[in-house]
Amino acid sequence: MYAFEYQRPTSRDAAKSAATGADTRYLAGGQSLIQAMRLRLSQSERLVDLGAVVDLKGIKADGTGITIGAMTTHAAVASNADVKRMLPALAALAEGIGDPMVRNMGTIGGSIANADPAACYPAAVLALGATIHTDRRTIKGDDFFTGLYETALQPGELITAVSFPPAQKAAYIKYKQQASRFALVGVFVAQTPAGVRVAVTGAKGHVFRATPIEDALAKSFTPEAAKAVRMPTTGVNADLHGSAEYRAAMISVMASRAVAAALAR
Amino acid sequence: MGNMNEADLAKGPIGQSIRRREDQRFLTGAGNYTDDVTLHGQTYAAFLRSPYAHARIKSIDLEAAKQAPGVIQIFTGADLAEAKVGGLPCGWLIHSKDGTPMKEPVHPVLAQGKVRHVGDQIALVVAETLLQARDAAEMIVVDYEELPAVIDLKTVSSIGTSVHDDVADNVCYDWGHGDKAAVDAAFAKAAHVTKLSFVNNRLIPNAMEPRAANASYTRHDESYTLYVTSQNPHVERLLMCAFVLGLPESKVRVIAPDVGGGFGSKIFLYPEETALVWASKRVGRPIKWTSDRSEAFLTDAHGRDHVTTAEMAMDATGMFLALRVNTIANMGAYLSTFASSIPTILYATLLAGQYKTPAIYAEVKAVFTNTAPVDAYRGAGRPEATYVVERIVEQCARDMKMDPVAIRRQNFITEFPYATPVGLTYDIGDYGAHLDKAIQMADVAGYPARKAASEAKGKKRGLGYSCYIEACGLAPSNIAGALGARAGLFEAGEVRVHPTGTVTVFTGSHSHGQGHETTFAQVVAARLGIPIDNVEIVHGDTGRVPFGMGTYGSRSLSVGGTAIVKAVDKIIAKSKKIAAHLLEAADTDIEFANGEFTVAGTDKKIAWGNVALTAYVPHNYPLETLEPGLNENAFYDPTNFTYPSGSYICEVEVDPDTGKVHIEKFVAVDDFGNIVNPMIVEGQIHGGVAQGLGQAMMEACAYDVKSGQLITGSYMDYAMPRAMDLPNIEVSSTCTPCTHNPLGVKGCGEAGAIGSPPAYINALTDALGVVDLAMPATPERVWRAANGMSA
Repeated sequence: MYAFEYQRPTSRDAAKSAATGADTRYLAGGQSLIQAMRLRLSQSERLVDLGAVVDLKGIKADGTGITIGAMTTHAAVASNADVKRMLPALAALAEGIGDPMVRNMGTIGGSIANADPAACYPAAVLALGATIHTDRRTIKGDDFFTGLYETALQPGELITAVSFPPAQKAAYIKYKQQASRFALVGVFVAQTPAGVRVAVTGAKGHVFRATPIEDALAKSFTPEAAKAVRMPTTGVNADLHGSAEYRAAMISVMASRAVAAALAR
Repeated sequence: MGNMNEADLAKGPIGQSIRRREDQRFLTGAGNYTDDVTLHGQTYAAFLRSPYAHARIKSIDLEAAKQAPGVIQIFTGADLAEAKVGGLPCGWLIHSKDGTPMKEPVHPVLAQGKVRHVGDQIALVVAETLLQARDAAEMIVVDYEELPAVIDLKTVSSIGTSVHDDVADNVCYDWGHGDKAAVDAAFAKAAHVTKLSFVNNRLIPNAMEPRAANASYTRHDESYTLYVTSQNPHVERLLMCAFVLGLPESKVRVIAPDVGGGFGSKIFLYPEETALVWASKRVGRPIKWTSDRSEAFLTDAHGRDHVTTAEMAMDATGMFLALRVNTIANMGAYLSTFASSIPTILYATLLAGQYKTPAIYAEVKAVFTNTAPVDAYRGAGRPEATYVVERIVEQCARDMKMDPVAIRRQNFITEFPYATPVGLTYDIGDYGAHLDKAIQMADVAGYPARKAASEAKGKKRGLGYSCYIEACGLAPSNIAGALGARAGLFEAGEVRVHPTGTVTVFTGSHSHGQGHETTFAQVVAARLGIPIDNVEIVHGDTGRVPFGMGTYGSRSLSVGGTAIVKAVDKIIAKSKKIAAHLLEAADTDIEFANGEFTVAGTDKKIAWGNVALTAYVPHNYPLETLEPGLNENAFYDPTNFTYPSGSYICEVEVDPDTGKVHIEKFVAVDDFGNIVNPMIVEGQIHGGVAQGLGQAMMEACAYDVKSGQLITGSYMDYAMPRAMDLPNIEVSSTCTPCTHNPLGVKGCGEAGAIGSPPAYINALTDALGVVDLAMPATPERVWRAANGMSA
């Protein structure tokens, strides 16, 4: 780790005014950033820790869905009664991220801002049609993830919350890469008022919707329908842990298991 | 010294699952590891390491780094060359088939003009703090001329690039073992030949504690002290002093304090600690280096990495006639301390397994590549041998349409001692006994029903056996010497009885997780008839312990324990003389049991503590014939290896949709001879099986074939098994006591890692109906096999 300046403001305004300069980054749990810094793969002059900005934390539920403050930890989402009642798939997803330390330090805002191609939350954001609230605007989930570790956020833009509309049925199944235990392929299937949405993480440079599976499930929301879809391998990651052919095949298998899980809820 | 009989073994703490005394400090953070040692005036080291697999160093510019904050001194290979510091030695000389000695290119402490693997050390930076040392290391400017990397074992000799300029074809040795003519003759008349080719995948050891060293020089007596993560501090000191630094051993103390796992990787003399010791005098202050996990991946000696073809000749009834094995073994960039012996002496000599195959011939070609050095890793050659034997035996059964148990049984060695055609003499064993027990525990009888149930739900189920043997208790020094060892392989023990009767035992064995402080104390307490709490075990310090050879090859109890027993017996013999004097009886009439000396046939007795006190307060003492004090040491050199054996059965269920495998059953029945602490032994099996299944299921060290970069350089890509990946391991034992050591013990540290990989792959190939599946059998490989796709 290289030396850096550390600030821990207690309000959004103080955080924003601290976060000036090109080499400043927000610290939102630090479960990816700190690791990269420790390995000297990442260097920042200043970290602005959002952990003390109280109004970035918390979960609110109403008839339009659930709004989760950006600095809410995975553990808080996993154990929240409203999330478990209205979007049990999201609670289960949060419960399955990393290990207890990650879940008690890592945050939803940090996760989606980092946009790791194998992170879990992006699949929920895309499949559930979530909305990302920032200090400047709202961004549709569909428009948020733009590339490998790339998002629609502008420099210095701060995520304040993520809103999830309710879904009739939903489930997320993660097929873990054996070493990292991140998603080799993670599939979030949701039956929403806007139709069936299937989001895939881990398989490409960023989360994407598996439209062939969505089409099949729109006709028949069954595991068999999902499993029968042969996903194209174009753009699908290939590495030591799985060829594109294997990952593509696992998308359909995990989608079918997610459908089964959603139907069983 | 008579052998301990069964009645002796039955009493006292032997055979009891006494809780490990060392765990209290390990589990509460009270352990004292090398990195915990911080000395007055401590400085910190960082190594600049090569980013290339193979490159010439055209120049090194240290100017900016030397000016960096906190930097004390920076050393490069040029400084070592100027001081005439040579390379690191290899401890085992192997001769090729043509009689020429193996190639031993220089293994430099710091790179001399060339780097040969990613992570090869170029410069040692010493600074006031660790961060300053690392910052300065990054400021060193090296001008490299990159060279093609030699990575792929199959093209090592044809690639046209040499890892070492003086080894043009990259071949370290081309060795043969066994009777080639007899094997060829047997193949010529065979009714059937089963042939199998496979890779024994390369592994990274991943001890929980990374390597570390803290070296200091004391001006007043011109001595050095090295704290280091070592499994064998005396060997470390001998190699470093006599072969590299030219220092008298009397001026160097090596301390291996608490060590958090080794698995072989901490046997070896490494460049880092050698550089630190050398530099500590020049810096004039203690220097500490602790490997980070990334460095550990790049520079700890790796394990396995064989490419093998094996052929078994059989008669029409499935009797084994001859085994022929051809192996290419990767040495990595340099010959690590025992690298040359692993794929030869500890490999080909085990190819008989549990079978009376009358003729065996093995050829092993060891090659240099631009990868980290490869050396002993839990099992060290014996897992590779067992994999060859147990995979091909299973395939023999399939080819002959025979039951895999039946073909094993009919070929088992049943009469002992048995001289194998590959140079070992098994003293004792009962292979049918542990196979029977394993079959019963695994409920093999119920297997067809379980298989049908799996198939009914669209899954595939398989059953696999592995009947391993290993040679432990390393080693009879004369035999090892004849085979090329450049060191003895005895062990030392010293027993110091204190005036109050408590005992401190000094052992040349080293515990880095094995629980010696408990097991050895049980042995001593049992023999002296005193409470285990009155026995303290000291190890890992050349300043306190007599010259010992350390811990590896499952040797600690059988060799180190025997040395202690011999010293204890000397104590008992002397104590009897003291007791005889006090009891006014003849020495020969004194009996010793349960911590009391009695005169045979009388009620006259005296307690252990009184005798001990008398030895140190010799007022009423036969001073004219007996020295005061109770302090004895012993060295023990075994007369043979020990031969633990066992039968492992693995049952798996495969999900053909994903290729994920669930281990439904894993049964391990071992014959370790007598067992001192069953709980510790069971723990050793669990750990060994976890590592063996890790190798079979998921662990793979991968280098990019073109660039030589380590692809699996962190836990993001190197898959370690976790509790949830492993089955409930059902462990049991049978017992044929070792015939040639007084404890009747054989050693248990490596068995799990030796026996489990073939059991798993045999089960998996049985489930999938395929001949072979490469380790690690990743889900994708299984999925492809399950769906009839190319690998």
